[in-house]
Amino acid sequence: MPKLKIASYWASACGGCDVALLDLHERIVDVANAADIVFWPIATDFKYADVERMPDQNIDVTFFNGAVRNSENEHLAHLLRKKSKVLVAFGSCAHMGGVVGLGNLFSRKEIFDAAYTNNLSTENAGLTMPNLETKVPEGKLTLPEFYNTVKKLDQVVDVDYYLPGCPPNPNRIFEVFGAIVAGKLPPKGSVVGASEQTQCEKCERKKSEKKIPGFKRLATAQPDAETCLLEQGFLCMGVATRAGCEHRCQKSNTGCRGCYGPPPGVYDQGLKALSAIASVVDADDEATAKAMVDAIPDPARYFNRFSIAASPLHRRSV
Amino acid sequence: MTFEPKIVGFLCNWCTYTGADLAGTARIKYAPNVRIIRIMCSGRVDPAFIVKAFAEGADGVLMGGCHPGDCHYINGNFKTFRRMPLLKRYLQQYGIDEKRFRLEWVSASEGDRFAAIVNEFTETVRALGPMQIGHEGVVAPQATEGTAKPVQDHVKHHAEPRKSVQATV
Repeated sequence: MPKLKIASYWASACGGCDVALLDLHERIVDVANAADIVFWPIATDFKYADVERMPDQNIDVTFFNGAVRNSENEHLAHLLRKKSKVLVAFGSCAHMGGVVGLGNLFSRKEIFDAAYTNNLSTENAGLTMPNLETKVPEGKLTLPEFYNTVKKLDQVVDVDYYLPGCPPNPNRIFEVFGAIVAGKLPPKGSVVGASEQTQCEKCERKKSEKKIPGFKRLATAQPDAETCLLEQGFLCMGVATRAGCEHRCQKSNTGCRGCYGPPPGVYDQGLKALSAIASVVDADDEATAKAMVDAIPDPARYFNRFSIAASPLHRRSV
Repeated sequence: MTFEPKIVGFLCNWCTYTGADLAGTARIKYAPNVRIIRIMCSGRVDPAFIVKAFAEGADGVLMGGCHPGDCHYINGNFKTFRRMPLLKRYLQQYGIDEKRFRLEWVSASEGDRFAAIVNEFTETVRALGPMQIGHEGVVAPQATEGTAKPVQDHVKHHAEPRKSVQATV
């Protein structure tokens, strides 16, 4: 049997997803035995032109991590879609927009102002801003266009599978890779490498009737390691998040952040968590209830931390 | 063309919906802009329903429940008043004016108050103008152009019988 050809690409990403692939450690040898890596910018020296020269559908599986934030990301999404038989949205950014998607609560202008002019550590008296084209004596220099709105991968191209996580758990990556090699992939459009159950269903902390006495923050309080974090008043997205990560956050005594995305059938992960958590605050009159939920300072970016681009409103109205 | 606000109203079966019914049987005249969806309890309204209404083109959302303490299910609307202040701030962060979402407790006997709230809310939303959703080329889930068109056709389709009803009255 000929070896599989696989590729991994980072679009608008932090690099953590590629590191998660490397976190397979010695199992990466098993991967290399079963597959040839034909394109992987973080680890190999193939250029975009090498991909462009490939015949269509030349790559068996592409793991695409990162959101689509600029024209370069979008170009590569289209290119890799054309060259791949199977395209996997890998990690929270490709799956739901991820942390990059938080930028959808701002406009491009606001982001540029914060990055290039209007911050304390930047001196930019000449108001130099990124230009798509700059003429220099040697010729013309170009930059990709920075879009106003971040998109998740399937808002740009057709996606076959979703492998969630920020980053995905290496054990799940290896299982999915095993399924690919064995040809045992589920129907197109499935979320792979994650459970259909929520974090709460598999969480080992002690749970009783949910009643939140008031919200606390890790900066000023310490949770005990045994009891449900929500019952102690620490925000946890476990109620609206798929299991599969092996409870990395809860085991380090901090609330789930929701990177594995919503379980099946949920309209929006953030709204589901908002609804579930707010409805169990221990307040039986309007004023107390409002005061208690007002202790959550930033609901949109907490509850949709990884999923603003995937949320029904998608971005702040401008 | 003048702007007519489209408002979605989630009204609880036991109080506000009955209050709206009373407004009708008492023949109180009020703005026709609210599309009422009857629900069993305001506590059943997932914040997702409200966001979905906005994402699919509502200019305002009105939510009506029993006065706290009067809930048919004892404390269903406690869940409502715990969730909605948080949802309001969530909507604001997405650029949706908080005045576009209104939560009111209306009892079954308050038909006149229901009519007054609808009139007032309709004018508030009218003043705010049409809802601008910033999708930027991304189509909201289940709100593709394909599904938007039949709704308009549906309205046209029903325009005729309505006229004939008016003629006979």
